[in-house]
Amino acid sequence: MLLIDCPHCGPRPEIEFRYGGEAHIARPENPDALSDAEWADYLFMRRNTKGVFAERWMHAAGCRRWFNALRDTASYKILATYKAGEQPPATAGAED
Amino acid sequence: MTQPLRRPQGGRIDRGKHLSFVFNGERMEGFAGDTLASALIANGRHLVARSFKYHRPRGIMAAGVEEPNAMVQLGRGAATIPNLKATEIPLFDGLEADSVNCWPSVDFDMNAVMGLMSRFLPAGFYYKTFMASLGLWHRLYEPRIRRAAGWGRAPDGPDPDCYDHKHVHCDVLVVGGGPAGLAAATAAASGGARVILADEQDEFGGSLLSLNRTVDGLSGGDWVAGQIAALAGRVETRLLPRTSVTGYYDGNYLIAVERRAPTGDGSSTPGNPCMRLWHIRTKQVVLATGAHERPLAFPNNDRPGIMLAGSAQTYANRYAALPGTRAVLFTNNDGAYEAAFDLHDAGVMIAAIVDARPAADAGPAEAAARRGIDILPGHAVADTNGRKRISGVDVRRMTPDSRELMGPARKFTCDLLLMSGGWSPAVHLFSHAGGKLKFDDEHACFVPGAVDAGIRSIGAAAGRFSLAAALQDGTRAGAEAARAAGFDGGGASPVPSCEEPAAGTVAALWLFPPAPGAAPGKNAFVDLQNDTTAADILLAAREGFSSVEHMKRYTLSGFGTDQGKTGNINALAILSSAVGRTIPQTGTTTFRPPYTPLPFGVMAGRNIGLMNDPARTTPMHDCHTAHGAVFEDVGQWKRPWYFPQAGETMDVAVARECLAVRERVGMLDASTLGKIDIQGPDATAFLNRIYTNRWDTLKVGQVRYGLMCHEDGMVFDDGTCARLGDNHFLMTTTSGGAANVLNWLEEYLQTVWPDLNVYCTSVTEQWATVSLSGPRARDVLKKICSDVNLSADAFPHMSYRAGSVDGVPARIFRISFTGELGFEINVPAGYGARVWNAVCDAGREFGITPYGTETMHVLRAEKGYIIVGQETDGTITPADLGMAWIVSGAKGDFIGKRSFARADTARADRKHLVGILTEDPGAVLPEGAQLVADPKGSPPIPLLGHVTSSYRSACLGHSIALALVKSGRDRMGEQVFAPLEDRVVTARIVGPVFYDAKGERLHG
Repeated sequence: MLLIDCPHCGPRPEIEFRYGGEAHIARPENPDALSDAEWADYLFMRRNTKGVFAERWMHAAGCRRWFNALRDTASYKILATYKAGEQPPATAGAED
Repeated sequence: MTQPLRRPQGGRIDRGKHLSFVFNGERMEGFAGDTLASALIANGRHLVARSFKYHRPRGIMAAGVEEPNAMVQLGRGAATIPNLKATEIPLFDGLEADSVNCWPSVDFDMNAVMGLMSRFLPAGFYYKTFMASLGLWHRLYEPRIRRAAGWGRAPDGPDPDCYDHKHVHCDVLVVGGGPAGLAAATAAASGGARVILADEQDEFGGSLLSLNRTVDGLSGGDWVAGQIAALAGRVETRLLPRTSVTGYYDGNYLIAVERRAPTGDGSSTPGNPCMRLWHIRTKQVVLATGAHERPLAFPNNDRPGIMLAGSAQTYANRYAALPGTRAVLFTNNDGAYEAAFDLHDAGVMIAAIVDARPAADAGPAEAAARRGIDILPGHAVADTNGRKRISGVDVRRMTPDSRELMGPARKFTCDLLLMSGGWSPAVHLFSHAGGKLKFDDEHACFVPGAVDAGIRSIGAAAGRFSLAAALQDGTRAGAEAARAAGFDGGGASPVPSCEEPAAGTVAALWLFPPAPGAAPGKNAFVDLQNDTTAADILLAAREGFSSVEHMKRYTLSGFGTDQGKTGNINALAILSSAVGRTIPQTGTTTFRPPYTPLPFGVMAGRNIGLMNDPARTTPMHDCHTAHGAVFEDVGQWKRPWYFPQAGETMDVAVARECLAVRERVGMLDASTLGKIDIQGPDATAFLNRIYTNRWDTLKVGQVRYGLMCHEDGMVFDDGTCARLGDNHFLMTTTSGGAANVLNWLEEYLQTVWPDLNVYCTSVTEQWATVSLSGPRARDVLKKICSDVNLSADAFPHMSYRAGSVDGVPARIFRISFTGELGFEINVPAGYGARVWNAVCDAGREFGITPYGTETMHVLRAEKGYIIVGQETDGTITPADLGMAWIVSGAKGDFIGKRSFARADTARADRKHLVGILTEDPGAVLPEGAQLVADPKGSPPIPLLGHVTSSYRSACLGHSIALALVKSGRDRMGEQVFAPLEDRVVTARIVGPVFYDAKGERLHG
């Protein structure tokens, strides 16, 4: 079971958290201005990275706050966690 | 009652404590410190099981969890545990156990005829033969085969034993309490680390309990006792004997099962659970899990009395129980000689040592000569004799390439055949953690490869089999682990000194030659638990199952409850040689948790019944119970379903309740409805973005109904929302969706619009809700509410007033889910029962009737009101529901809006919500029934849609249904058919509102 370092509470077991998929996907400011393809890209398309992946987590049974993590999807190692709205810390091989 | 094969002295059993037990109905005696297996051996009992497929007689082959044969059923009735290994059950007084997989008894098994048919039952036989006709398989073959093949019996009632869980943290977890693990625990604890030492056996010491060794000048047992006493004295060291670490998960999280008290006799209590599941989070792990001895694959290598050499040594030395009186050793390595010598010294006649290698090493050879034991180098056991116990072996010389037998057979009489094929490190936990294995040619075994930070495999678990290496590894790894966990304290611990025989060599010989003319591998068992022979593996290779994963699934090798701890390497070595690859090229299958089976009871712990799935009840629950309510589960909520009066069926009760609401007045407990308090200067802007309709136009004191969609435009929840103040709203959600809606609101506020200043709070359980509905609702409320003007003009439909009801501060909402005049009275939860009773009393003169969820469903369906999750399934838009009116074009962006313009969502032929009237007014369609235009057409018949809600309407006098139908709004009046199992129901498409289409009653 992963040990996840909540940026607000500290390290806690995985069962306290909810997974939220790929991070850093901004909701378009003006969806009406987008083509169907562009909207579909926002709505449905997510990367399936093998390696370091920026993803969202929520500390559901704790502070209930969303934050981001850099996790290696091959080894399950969490390389860093950081607050929502922050840029990912520089980590070798990390994607934006 | 005697124990004929118990040595007169020695061993680690407590001869002062006699334990009486019953095996297969026969009463026997053993001593404290015995396992069931060692006690059976002391009583001369070897035949304890029948094999899985052929029902061949089987005995005890090993002394630990790797045992493939000796599975027993422990205990009786509800407390019984099937398929435990006799080698892992500590003996207790009154123990009762039986053999599994035999009928009527292990001595006389009717199904043993299967063994005579074995040449007709190769691997894959069942699939090839019986699956050819699936119908016959299900009806005829499968039930019979399962009856003949099954292992133990499931308990016949709920488990009466008590279990619990414990969560702990430590710096260094040492798995395995043999010499390596003890040295590691001592070194890590000396460094200052918090240490947990877990060992699956009753007693710490591992191999030192079985071997005659000297450590630091002490006997192995005394040295172990000293180490344990010192560790026990350390405050931050925890010793866990009888604890199997069964799984190694991400983040150095390990699961261990502690056996605390006998199971199966129902003596455990919550305060003294029989088993405990430990959840251990540790910084560093030291794996000192030891190794398992491998059997040899030769013809008829599975008879009772054929035993692993090291296990026989364990029985003789540790338990003072001799597994036989006249033995032969068959080995491919030097290490096993010591077992023969120890048995010889204990009084067992060693008839011969059959060494498959061209020559034994000088040391062991001299030691054998001193004892007058003959060695037959370059020989193999060609066959064995005896049915329920081995009676002798045929030994023949092998050609120098070990591929064929030659020369005459020499016959040896024996009641015990020791075998040793070398040792396999117990790398299971290392593999669970994702560690990769590499093949060690010198020792012919897989050892842990690249070491991940935080995991150290040591001693025999790392393929370093000598005692000196174990002590050295342990001392080093313990200190390193403590340092890695951040402890620099303490100097280097000295490595304990020891004396032991030289290690010797092992030859990689995996499959021995068959008798001349016989098929290779016939009856040379590799996986004894699954009756997989070497011949089965060769067959798999011939048929193209050359990958180790395919071979495993084809032959079942390694699939038993022992997970092939003894046989896996032999199986893949035989496969490798058959397909012309090296063992590393073939690779291994992946070990997965659990290392040893664990009961469901200990996995569940105390999370059973209501502790597993809590029941949520409303403050009025006792009122409903007193009123005879039948409850329905809505999520975890218990909601009154209907309130039957004496003799009433559900249909009759629901019809009565429905008519009461339509004609007079009814009351419903609506407390379970989700309630979310929303406050903040941006609350209105927020609601505008998360509902499809407008909220900036809602005045304080007004209520509005809203739909919520996900970004894909599909409806996911609905409910009313009242404006309590300028910046204060009370949102209601469906009973089942409350938590999801709150999560969703929070997610958007935190991640998409963090600039909005809004706070959401769940208040579902803070308020109790009495929903009052029907033409006399106002008359009832008037009697207990004097401070609110309830007139239609002053308090119109869809508005809110604060006041008091029966003297209790209340929020009153004039809303309706029945289509009748309605008030929802919200009071602080603690007053729920009081106000429920007050409403009940006030309504008595008007014939007030409590009603449940079923009546609520009928009434709302008569009005065409949707239920999210019934009329919707995550693929339905507001327009599909005929609710385009609730999607605002006049406000800015909101969640789901852009998706309404997607080509698929804008299609004209989407499914629409419509009403369905059956031709026969009494026919009630089943919910989920498919609708078609032409039931007599030739298949495939296009499906138009399906029924989502269907009821008998008491006030309309006929059945009604709602359905989602393709282009349904363009099909008004069309005939459709519902083909059911036994009949076809004819129906007509109508509008979805069946009752009071103009909505006049709401405003009464």
